[in-house]
Amino acid sequence: MSPGSAGLRALTVVVVYPDLLGTYGDGGNGLILARRARWRGIDATLVQADSGHPLPRGDLYCLGGGEDGPQVRAAESLIAEGTLGRAVDDGAVVLAVCAGFQLVGRSFPDAGDHPHEGLGLLDVATRKGGPRRAVGELVADIDPGAPRGIDGRPLPRLTGFENHGGVTTLGPDARPLAHVVSGVGNGAGDGTEGAWSGRVVGTYLHGPVLARNVALADLLLGWALGDGADGLLTPLDDAEEDALRAERLAAVASNGAGGRSGRRSSRR
Amino acid sequence: MTVRHTDRQLSPRASTAAFAASAVNGLSRLLGRGSGTVIGGRAGLAVDPSLLAELARHRRVALVTGTNGKTTTTGMLVAALTDDGDGGGVATNQTGSNMPAGHVAALIGARHADTAVLEVDEGYLGRLIEEARPSVVVLLNLSRDQLDRIAEVRMLVDRWRLALATLGGSGADGAVPVVVANADDPMVAWAAMTAPDVRWVGAGQVWHEDAVGCPACGGRIVFDDDDDDDGGGGGWQCDRCDFARPERSAWLEERDLVLADGTRHPLAIGLPGQFNRANAVMVAVAAPAMPPRPGRPPITVDGALERLSRLGEVAGRFSTVHRHGRDVRLLLAKNPAGWTAIFDLLDESDPGSPVVLSVNARVADGYDPSWLWDVPFERLVGRTVVATGERCRDLAVRLRYAEVDHATVEDPLEALDAAAGAVGSGDGPAVAPPPVEFLGNYTAFATLRSRL
Repeated sequence: MSPGSAGLRALTVVVVYPDLLGTYGDGGNGLILARRARWRGIDATLVQADSGHPLPRGDLYCLGGGEDGPQVRAAESLIAEGTLGRAVDDGAVVLAVCAGFQLVGRSFPDAGDHPHEGLGLLDVATRKGGPRRAVGELVADIDPGAPRGIDGRPLPRLTGFENHGGVTTLGPDARPLAHVVSGVGNGAGDGTEGAWSGRVVGTYLHGPVLARNVALADLLLGWALGDGADGLLTPLDDAEEDALRAERLAAVASNGAGGRSGRRSSRR
Repeated sequence: MTVRHTDRQLSPRASTAAFAASAVNGLSRLLGRGSGTVIGGRAGLAVDPSLLAELARHRRVALVTGTNGKTTTTGMLVAALTDDGDGGGVATNQTGSNMPAGHVAALIGARHADTAVLEVDEGYLGRLIEEARPSVVVLLNLSRDQLDRIAEVRMLVDRWRLALATLGGSGADGAVPVVVANADDPMVAWAAMTAPDVRWVGAGQVWHEDAVGCPACGGRIVFDDDDDDDGGGGGWQCDRCDFARPERSAWLEERDLVLADGTRHPLAIGLPGQFNRANAVMVAVAAPAMPPRPGRPPITVDGALERLSRLGEVAGRFSTVHRHGRDVRLLLAKNPAGWTAIFDLLDESDPGSPVVLSVNARVADGYDPSWLWDVPFERLVGRTVVATGERCRDLAVRLRYAEVDHATVEDPLEALDAAAGAVGSGDGPAVAPPPVEFLGNYTAFATLRSRL
C-alpha cells in the first residue's frame, strides 16, 4: 500500500478492463472495496482501467466476467504488458470473478474451445463443460483451510449467482475457496467453488460477490492494508447487506436445488 | 395485389389451428387467466407449425427488434401507419408477447388487418424473417439484457447477421425488404451490413459498454464522444480494420430529424425523452419504406411525425395515473442502457419529484439482478428515493454504495404512498406537488400497473 497524505492510509482499487470484463456487473466489487475503505477514513481511490491503456499500479485489482472474445483479448493484453503479474509479486490483492477467474489461471478455453494461455496467477485450469451452462443461485461453505475474516473467525458461507460454461480444475498450488452446498461452482466433480493462493482469490460468483459477502470484502481490504489493518477496519453498519444475504440464502433453502433458472445444470 | 386476408386463404390445417388458437384463447379468458394470447398461440402452433407463415401471408409486415425500445417503437410504427393514428387495420402484439406464439395470437386477433407490425424478441428475428416475410425490419440497438436467458450480445449479433443475409427478394410481393438500422450501434451495424437494402439511421446510442470489441476483427471500437452533435459527431470506427459507422441517410440532431438531403424535420412527439425521439427517427424512416396501401400515396416523413405527435403512451409506458390526489408517472426500463436513458429523462423533469425504483428478478426479468451495478444510480443523489419490488434488498445495497439516501419498502403500492408522503406533505404554499416517478423493470412494472 502507498502512503497517504496527512497520515491517512491510502489505497488504490483498480477495476481491470471494465470495457472487456464488465458484462455481469462485477465492477461493483471495486466500488464496494473503495467505499468500505473510505467509510473508515482510508483514502481509497477507485480506478476504472479500460483496455488499450497501460494498467495502473494498484493495491487491489478486480477482474470480472465477460464474453469469450473479450476474455481472450484481456488475457493477451495483461500477459503482454505484465503489470498485473508484477503487482501480485509485490503483494497486490486480486479478486477475479468468472471469466476473470479463468484468465488468471493457467489456461482457459477460447470461443473455439481451444486452450488459451492464462496469466498463471492461480494454479487452476479451465476447460469447456457440457452443453448446458451453470446458471443460477449458488451457496457454498468456506473451505476450512481458507483465510479467516478480519474478526478472526472463518468467513460465513458464500452466496452469489453463477453463469458460466467452464469446468475449472485446481492444481496442487491452489486451494479451494469453498465447497458447494447448492449450485455447480468449479464443476470438476470435487464440489469445490473458486480457488485462492497467496493474495489472489478466484470465484464464479456474481451478485456482485462482495455485495452479498461483505466479510470477504473486508478480508481483501485487510490484506491490502497489511499490518495495522485491524485498527483501521472498524465495524460498519451492514444491515442492508445482511438483509440481502439472509433473503438470498432463504430463497435457495426454500427452493431446494432451485432458485435456479430454466437452463438448469446438473452437477458435473 | 390483394391485401385483404380471409380464412379462404388459410390451408385446411391452418384453419383448424387458427380455430384451436381462438378456442383456447376464449377458454383462457373464461378461466380468468388473462388475455390468454400466448396460450392460444401455442395451441395453434402445436396443431400447425406453419401457422405463423400462413397468417402473415398476403399482409404487409414490419418487424421491430432490439434490446431497448421495442414495444414503444412498435406502438409508434402502428400509429404512423394508420390514417388516424389509432392502429386501425394493423395487427400488432401490444402485450409484450414478442415470441411466435404471441405473433400468432396477434395475427388471429386482427384477422382482417392488411398490415402487421410485430415486436420481435431478439432471439427470434431469424424465424420471423423466414416465416412472416417482412417488407421492413427495424433494428434499434443491442446491449446486455437477461444474460441468464438470452445468448450474449455477440452470439446474438452473429445470428442476426445470418438471418438478415437471407432477405434478398423475400418480401411479400417479391420486393427486396428494407432494413432500417441504427448506424450508431456497431453491433447493429455489423449485423445489418449483410442485408441487401439498408437505410442507416443515426439514432444515437448512449450505451457503449457492449460494443468496444470490434465484431469484425477483435480490434477496439473507438467512439467520438462529441456531445454537441453537429450531425457528424457520435461516429465510431475500429482502430485496427476498416469497420466504421456506415454513411447515414437520416439522423437525430437534438430535437430534429435531419435527412441526408439537408432537410430538417422537428420532432414534436408526444412521448418524453431523448430515447423516444430516437425511436421516432427510426419510425419516420421505416413508415415511408412500407409498401403503401392499394390506391394510397406512400407515407411521408412529416406525415409519420405528425401522427407520432398525437401518441401519448404505449402499453401504459410513460402514462400518468392518479393515486390519492397525486400524479404518478409510470416508467419501464429493463437493463442498464434502459435505466440510464430513463435517468436522462428524469433530468428533464422536476428535481423535486420523488423516485420509486422497483426491481423483480423473475424469468421475464432475468434471474440475476447484478446488472443493477452497471446502472449509474449515483445520478439520483439528492432526490427522494424509495427502493421496492421483490429484489428491493439488492437495490437497497446498490443505492447504499451509490451513497443515495433511500427508504426500502417491499410492497410497491406502499412504496408509492411512502414516496408521495415524503414530499409535499408539509405546510408550504398550495401548489400541486411534483409527480411521483415510478421506474420498474419488466414484471415490476406490469405488477404495479395491474394493481393500480
